[in-house]
Amino acid sequence: MNRYPIWKYLVIVVCLVVASIFTLPNFFGESPAVQVSGARSTINVDQAVMAKVEQALAAQKIQTAGLLLENNSLKVRFKDTEVQLHAKSVIQEALGENYSVALNLLSDSPAWMSKLGAHPMFLGLDLRGGVHFLLEVDMKAAMDKAFERTAGDIRRELKDKKVRYGSVRRNGQTLEVQLRDAETLLAAKRAIEKTFTSLKVDERRGDNDYKLVITLNPEEIRRIQGDAVKQNISTLHNRVNELGVSEPTIQQQGAERIVVELPGVQDTTKAKDIIGRTATLEVRLVEDDQGKLQEALAGNVPAGYELLEEAEERGRGNKILVKKEVELTGENISDAQAGFDDHNSPAVHIRLDSNGASIFRQVTHDNIGRRMAMILVEKGKGQVVTAPVIRGEIGGGQVQISGAMTTADAKDVALLLRAGALAAPMNIIEERTVGPSLGKENIEKGFHSTMYGFAAIAVFMVIYYRVFGLISTFALASNLVFLVSLLSMLQATLTLPGIAAIALTLGMAIDSNVLINERIREEIRNGMSPQAAIKGGYDHAWATILDSNITTLIAGLALLIFGSGAVRGFAVVHCLGILTSMFSAVFVSRGVVNLVYGYRRRVQTLAV
Amino acid sequence: MFEIFHFKRDIPFMSYGKLTTTISLVTFLLSVFFLITRPLNFSIEFTGGTVMEVRYPQAANFELVRTSIEKLELGGKKRDIIVQPLGTARDVLIRLPNVEGTSSAKISDQAFNALLVANNDTQECKQLRSDVSAKTDEVKHKALEDKCLVQRKVEFVGPSVGAELVEHGLLALLLVCVGIIIYLAIRFEWRFALSAILANMHDVVIILGFFAFFQWEFSLTVLAAVLAVLGYSVNESVVVFDRIRENFRKGSMRGRTVSEIIDNAITTTMSRTIITHGSTEMMVLAMLFLGGPSLHYFALALTIGILFGIYSSVLVASPLLLLFGVTRENMIPTVKAKEEAVP
Repeated sequence: MNRYPIWKYLVIVVCLVVASIFTLPNFFGESPAVQVSGARSTINVDQAVMAKVEQALAAQKIQTAGLLLENNSLKVRFKDTEVQLHAKSVIQEALGENYSVALNLLSDSPAWMSKLGAHPMFLGLDLRGGVHFLLEVDMKAAMDKAFERTAGDIRRELKDKKVRYGSVRRNGQTLEVQLRDAETLLAAKRAIEKTFTSLKVDERRGDNDYKLVITLNPEEIRRIQGDAVKQNISTLHNRVNELGVSEPTIQQQGAERIVVELPGVQDTTKAKDIIGRTATLEVRLVEDDQGKLQEALAGNVPAGYELLEEAEERGRGNKILVKKEVELTGENISDAQAGFDDHNSPAVHIRLDSNGASIFRQVTHDNIGRRMAMILVEKGKGQVVTAPVIRGEIGGGQVQISGAMTTADAKDVALLLRAGALAAPMNIIEERTVGPSLGKENIEKGFHSTMYGFAAIAVFMVIYYRVFGLISTFALASNLVFLVSLLSMLQATLTLPGIAAIALTLGMAIDSNVLINERIREEIRNGMSPQAAIKGGYDHAWATILDSNITTLIAGLALLIFGSGAVRGFAVVHCLGILTSMFSAVFVSRGVVNLVYGYRRRVQTLAV
Repeated sequence: MFEIFHFKRDIPFMSYGKLTTTISLVTFLLSVFFLITRPLNFSIEFTGGTVMEVRYPQAANFELVRTSIEKLELGGKKRDIIVQPLGTARDVLIRLPNVEGTSSAKISDQAFNALLVANNDTQECKQLRSDVSAKTDEVKHKALEDKCLVQRKVEFVGPSVGAELVEHGLLALLLVCVGIIIYLAIRFEWRFALSAILANMHDVVIILGFFAFFQWEFSLTVLAAVLAVLGYSVNESVVVFDRIRENFRKGSMRGRTVSEIIDNAITTTMSRTIITHGSTEMMVLAMLFLGGPSLHYFALALTIGILFGIYSSVLVASPLLLLFGVTRENMIPTVKAKEEAVP
């Protein structure tokens, strides 16, 4: 009665073999590598690039430990970090700016394992060191920006349609368009409604007061907020790529939060600086009317104007009066590079996209002889970088800004302009930095406590239950293998709480085997034959095992649903561990028991 | 057969019912009292703030650390600044409160710079630090850690995150309770469900009471431990309940009273209870002693939870079951249904 059909043994063997294969990569460790990928999605990393890299490395007599081309990226392995660092600069130089070259760690597991899809688990930041940021998008600022943009669009539309209007002004959550009479009111309404379908336009007529009140409908507001988060995420991607971090994680969390994880990054100040900066470029016209300027300097800025500071050179910060209307923003920039201008002072060369180029030509055409301000807006504060006089129409979309900046400034500004602007500023609401040595210590400590705890349980089980204790220990070990392989297959991220969950799950999983073994003893005490005792023990214990595991699973699921961060890592492992423990403690251990006892003619006693 | 626990006769657990319920009530009330008078020492994950761990090349001078940070006048109350050793004499944990207006993550940089100045940072260390921050270099990193003051971990949590965590923690607790009650009510009966959850909520409150009394830090991982313990001790009660149900159905138990049946169920599962908990506890102790400071309170919460879990499932859940008036008929509904079906 204690024999499994052949297929059940086969299932056990296959599961164990597959699980072992998927567990193994975790033990091979990692070696330093350099990863090459395209700086933009249009750039391919192919055989030609690989040949170029090989050539460059050979020219410098740098030995590689293997090249790997997959998923449009090239990974080159090296013996140690010193070679890796040298190689990185060599490769970067050989490939130029179109490729991003980052330091990376590659698993040392044999190639056939990777081919089978067996990869090691990702290690969380608490285990490998790095920075974690939780950023919250400032939605109020995103809405402000959206209103500003809409107001600009409406002004342009009305100008185009030659509708004379008084002003377009923000009032709370609405825009108000002031008009002269009933006739223009109607014309304006028609023009706006026709072009902007997502806007709700209401008329307000009083004595000699004609107004249009424009509101955004709720879907539009939701869309704007969603887009703000999306744009910020893609901008962050660009910026992090520029930092050269390998395998960064940038994800949305909830409605308005973004998680950024940069493994291996040590310099948090630089990372924070680049991630948090909201620099964008605005082109606006300068008002050079001295009367208005004096008035503004006296603290009475005329409506529709703004007083901005000029980037100071040699300590003199000039004030410049500029129009609030924005002619062109950083959104129309297609590329930006740091360089030098004709006078050999640091400059940023900007290339505009076709839309930007045509706007720029129009603006320069209309305003010859006036001054135009290039304004770098950061954290809601604008600073005029340069304000040259427009000598003539400028076509072609090539713009250069230079003024009071150092080479480093120019580089940073170019990076920020190239990576795109944030749709709205973000605040860091959570930050975690873990040094690499602390991470290593955490792995060691977690590993040791699991190992010694396991050993203690194994020793006790073997002494107390003898052969059945040995089988229970085998079941527990296979549980560990199943759990680790499952986590590796899912490519889960292992954290310290995750390791704690593995340990705890093992400590709890032994319960099922204790239940079974105790039950078998009891059946023997009740006078059953050894074979009947095994069957009775497993059958009786099953209902209890199921009940107790399900209650534990309920707690695990609750943690999974409501947990975030550390708790979630714990919960995933805990829940999976409960499932694997049922399989190994009942099915696998029974299989071994059957093999040991099921085929004997006469079993006098059980070693339990 | 090697046995540690073999009981010849059933132990009359139920006759101690009054005593054990009184003990439970007293410990429970004490825990509630501590929770009210000495609120939990929530970690910065809940309260917001900055925590940094630094390692000195020599034994740290805690007074100096404290004064150099207080000198910065970052704002907030001075008593909210915590400086304490972390495992070794060289490791220091510094906790700074969030200050309104300056919720920026820059506080940690300022504090660390102050510590560097106070520790007379050498030129060599400065060089090493800037080398290491520019690129990963293991050799230099090792030298830096051996010779200089280093920042090993920084955590900053803004004020808005904490409130959410508390809310989610409570929701998780509620979901666990409701889920378990529903499952046990279906699988057994409502009396079982109610006594199991009451007994185990009492464990949770006692763990929290310990954390309040000793002012141990209550972090997210501790919360995870508490919820895991809740599931684990309910599982303990379930094993006993399973036996009770089985006994009710067994022919040989026909003539026994309900409390005798419960006594028998507890006695027969006793050995398993102690071995299982002993095994789990071995694992937890390994984490407590070898897991380092990050797992310390996690393991501590589990230890208390496991010990009180045994006690409450045996000596609280079962008397409660008796108190709610469980009878043989509650457990054998199939027979009852048949009787009703036949007129």
